[in-house]
Amino acid sequence: MVTNQLVLADYNLLRWIPLIPLLAVVCNLFWGRALGKKFAGALACAAVGASFALALYVFWQLPSNGIFRDSIYTWIDSGSFRVNLSFQVDALTAVMLLIVTGIGFLIHIYSLGYMEHDEGMVRFFIYLNLFIFFMLTLVMGDNLLILFVGWEGVGLCSYLLIGFWYHDSNNAIAGNKAFIVNRIGDFGFILGIFLLVTELGRQGIWTLDFLELQKHASMLSPASIGVITLLLFVGATGKSAQLPLFVWLPDAMAGPTPVSALIHAATMVTAGVYMTARLHFLFVLAPSTLSLIAWIGAATAFFAATIALTQNDIKKVLAYSTVSQLGYMFIAVGVGAFSAAIFHLFTHAFFKACLFLGSGSVIHALDGQQDMRKMGGLKAHMPQTYWTYVVATLAIAGAPLTAGFFSKDLILWQAFSHGATALWGIGLITAGMTAFYMFRQLFMVFHGECRANDHAKAHLHESPAVMTLPLMILAFGSIFTGWLGAPEYLWGNRWDLWLRPVFGAAEAHEGSVGTEVIVTLLTLAVVAVGIYFAYAKYGRAGTEVEQRAGAGGLLYRLSLNKYYVDEIYDHVFVRPFTAISDFFARFIDPWVIDGTVNGVAAVTRGSSQVWRGLQTGNVQHYAAGLLVGTLALLAYYSGQS
Amino acid sequence: MLPVNYYLILSAVVFAIGVVGVLIRRNLIVVLMSIELMLNAVNLTFIAFSRYLGSMVGQVAVFFVMAVAAAEAVIGLAIIISVYRQRRSLDPQDMQLLKW
Repeated sequence: MVTNQLVLADYNLLRWIPLIPLLAVVCNLFWGRALGKKFAGALACAAVGASFALALYVFWQLPSNGIFRDSIYTWIDSGSFRVNLSFQVDALTAVMLLIVTGIGFLIHIYSLGYMEHDEGMVRFFIYLNLFIFFMLTLVMGDNLLILFVGWEGVGLCSYLLIGFWYHDSNNAIAGNKAFIVNRIGDFGFILGIFLLVTELGRQGIWTLDFLELQKHASMLSPASIGVITLLLFVGATGKSAQLPLFVWLPDAMAGPTPVSALIHAATMVTAGVYMTARLHFLFVLAPSTLSLIAWIGAATAFFAATIALTQNDIKKVLAYSTVSQLGYMFIAVGVGAFSAAIFHLFTHAFFKACLFLGSGSVIHALDGQQDMRKMGGLKAHMPQTYWTYVVATLAIAGAPLTAGFFSKDLILWQAFSHGATALWGIGLITAGMTAFYMFRQLFMVFHGECRANDHAKAHLHESPAVMTLPLMILAFGSIFTGWLGAPEYLWGNRWDLWLRPVFGAAEAHEGSVGTEVIVTLLTLAVVAVGIYFAYAKYGRAGTEVEQRAGAGGLLYRLSLNKYYVDEIYDHVFVRPFTAISDFFARFIDPWVIDGTVNGVAAVTRGSSQVWRGLQTGNVQHYAAGLLVGTLALLAYYSGQS
Repeated sequence: MLPVNYYLILSAVVFAIGVVGVLIRRNLIVVLMSIELMLNAVNLTFIAFSRYLGSMVGQVAVFFVMAVAAAEAVIGLAIIISVYRQRRSLDPQDMQLLKW
């Protein structure tokens, strides 16, 4: 095993990467209305752009085995336990930095066009910038507590942005759902942090610092490491929408589409993957947790893909596909292929952001219509959106030489070569389904007859350049970012080399090149079959989408209704919980709690009714009281002596 | 020389008269005078013990008491005057507003 000599260096520039968006937040918060929509939006974009430029500069300076660190001040100093407010950038963080600021920048630009007619545009950009700040805190924190602060912060921003159009109570409910489901995961996460601190503390090491943790991880007992990693993973399932806590993400599509692209596809939902990768040194010590992660990931990938097959809402399809792709990332984490997981995270950020922004462009053109049954034939009207959508669809489906091809293939190959054949098989089938539902969407939205109503048809238009330009850049990225991680039989995996100092070279590449090529070809065949089915059912001229939507057997209805998971959760968790709350509100609160409080008050009042007679207001009575008291004291003390 | 007991008994009697005056008289000025009586009864005890023990400390204390008594009389009379202006009465039983 290669010893990874990490080079630590101070670098005071780092704090400005998250601070600039925060400054923009403050500025827009106080003066946004006065500055006007245009200027506030431009300021927000400029702030993220500046962060992106800084991140690029830092990335340029950073050697692959280096860590830049910027300690701002000591936050908690209690005995030998010390937590600094400090940021660090290593190879892994640098990648996340570029994703967050780079894609964030593009989506900010896009939002300038998308939110142009919205009343709350200033508020929107405040939230968006705040999100960038917290996300950067999350990825740059050099200890678990800072990471947790960012983790909660992005959850808050997600909530605020899902419920952005709060006049519709459905949106507010979706925001609440996201927040509450995340709370469940976060509870596990913070328990994991507590346990980690106390367990290490028992060995005399009080720290949350990643480097220190890595140094001392082996001191933990296997049992405690198992529990800790499990709890941390519970946090990850909440944030990254894995089984069983994935239910919030599809509902989160209630937010504006740029939000879906930025928060619920490219960045925040990948925080769970980032966290497991950041703490990989803990997870590799807990093989049972790892295999659980892999299985949860595979189950989620499969399960979400089957739901995506039949959804009719353009954003819901993308949402379930996001859940599914996150499942792939956790498969990679589970087999110990952390750099493959981060690689898929990276490429996925590009093509999924592109898809979401493309769907936003379509929704924008159709004046808020999200039902794919009422779309179709948009290819002619919006060529730029169409072509970028095609590229991103090819990428997510895994067509040869696109980003998704390399990254998904790497994960499948890692699963296969680690001997997890069953996981690989599930991933393979899921890849086929991914191709099917993405091409189904492409055909339903852009091909065939236009099924929109006449009013919408008359207003069809291509989106302005401020929206299509980010689409093109992202489409470009959807192809070429994948080339960084090409397999060995092509030109080799630069990606893995870059991340190797972080994850170590422990990722074994067993199996021959021949097998790898065969596995790849098999994937491609499955993908091709998926695309063919989509074409046969939805792509051929004259197929009637409307008819299919209503028909179907049991499986179809199960998938269309998302396996009734929401209903099951509603009956198993939500209703009993509200029943208990109701019981407490009706009986415990008014009778026990209020009764106690009011009882104390009543007793006090009753007794004072008697005793207040002593306070006559007459000075001479008080003087008599003094005299009696004095005499009593005198009698008492003279009796004693 | 008279024994110190006599002085103490006199002082106690004067003090008791003062206490009773404070408790039962219906005129604030008389109440104030009764307080002076109590203070002077105490002064008498101080002087008697000063003489008996041959120490000047008691006499020093008397001067302090006298100074305080003078100040107290000034403030007390001032309050009485302003109370009288408000209510045309000096009976403490008429001043019972400050209660529950």
